[in-house]
Amino acid sequence: MSDPVSALNHANSTEGLVTITETGPVGMITLRGDLGAKPVQKAAIAAGGVNMPEQGKCLTELDRGIAWMSPDELLILCRYDEVAGKVDDLQGKLAKQHALVVNVSDARAVFDVRGAAVREVMAKLCPVDMHPASFTPGTFRRTRMAQAAAAFWMPEEGVVRVICFRSVAQYVFDLLRVGAQPGSEVDFF
Amino acid sequence: MLIVSCPCCGVTAEETEFHAHGEAHIVRHTVGSTDQDMETYLFMRKNTKGVHFERWRHQYGCGKWFHMARDTMTLEVFGTYPAQTLAPPEDLLVQIDAKRPGWRKST
Ligand SMILES: [Zn+2]
Repeated sequence: MSDPVSALNHANSTEGLVTITETGPVGMITLRGDLGAKPVQKAAIAAGGVNMPEQGKCLTELDRGIAWMSPDELLILCRYDEVAGKVDDLQGKLAKQHALVVNVSDARAVFDVRGAAVREVMAKLCPVDMHPASFTPGTFRRTRMAQAAAAFWMPEEGVVRVICFRSVAQYVFDLLRVGAQPGSEVDFF
Repeated sequence: MLIVSCPCCGVTAEETEFHAHGEAHIVRHTVGSTDQDMETYLFMRKNTKGVHFERWRHQYGCGKWFHMARDTMTLEVFGTYPAQTLAPPEDLLVQIDAKRPGWRKST
């Protein structure tokens, strides 16, 4: 077996207003179906290890969780090496449901962005209200970062996790670096 | 710049997170219709100055389609409503009546 390689192989930037790190491989499973259906909910909770998130939210603990993607879509987060087993398990449990389970881990890249200016850096790049009263830890937002689709959430205050497509990983990393350029403080939040 | 609220995921954002897809509630004439009806379906649009109903998609967000009523001149957004309908909801029309008296005669 060869080792999994993520898009930017743990690329890291520490010289800006925030620290930006590509996290390396993260397990990600797309689950689409009727989110109101009990079997779908039970299977998702078992796979994600957390409760069902409300609309526009995510529930995460360390390296696992569930994010609300749309009215019929969840993203299940887990360790990269757990994905195959969880996909098998979900597909078995949902065999009689109109549902879709796909391993999307290798189609994506994940960044960890942290520092006091993290709200400001994200606000420069996304059409999202990053005010602490609006965007709270637990909010999960799909949006764009400049010209690329992305999704992000705050596991805790001062930390943002960004998911983007693997093909735009370098672009998103560079965006974050430019947004965090020393001397570009806005100090709005 | 329009501020849009998606009725599918509840997000409010400016318009660049969304994409406009033209006039809504068009009658889709199909096999067996007259040439005139087919032409109307394919090419004829209202091009309104004022109240307009449109199809939009939450392109960078939840990915869902929905409808929006807005003013093409002032860019005021009157409201958004689900895609699974053939006509705007009555309560939205009443709101527009209050803001643009007589608009129904001009469309
Ligand atoms: Zn939406």
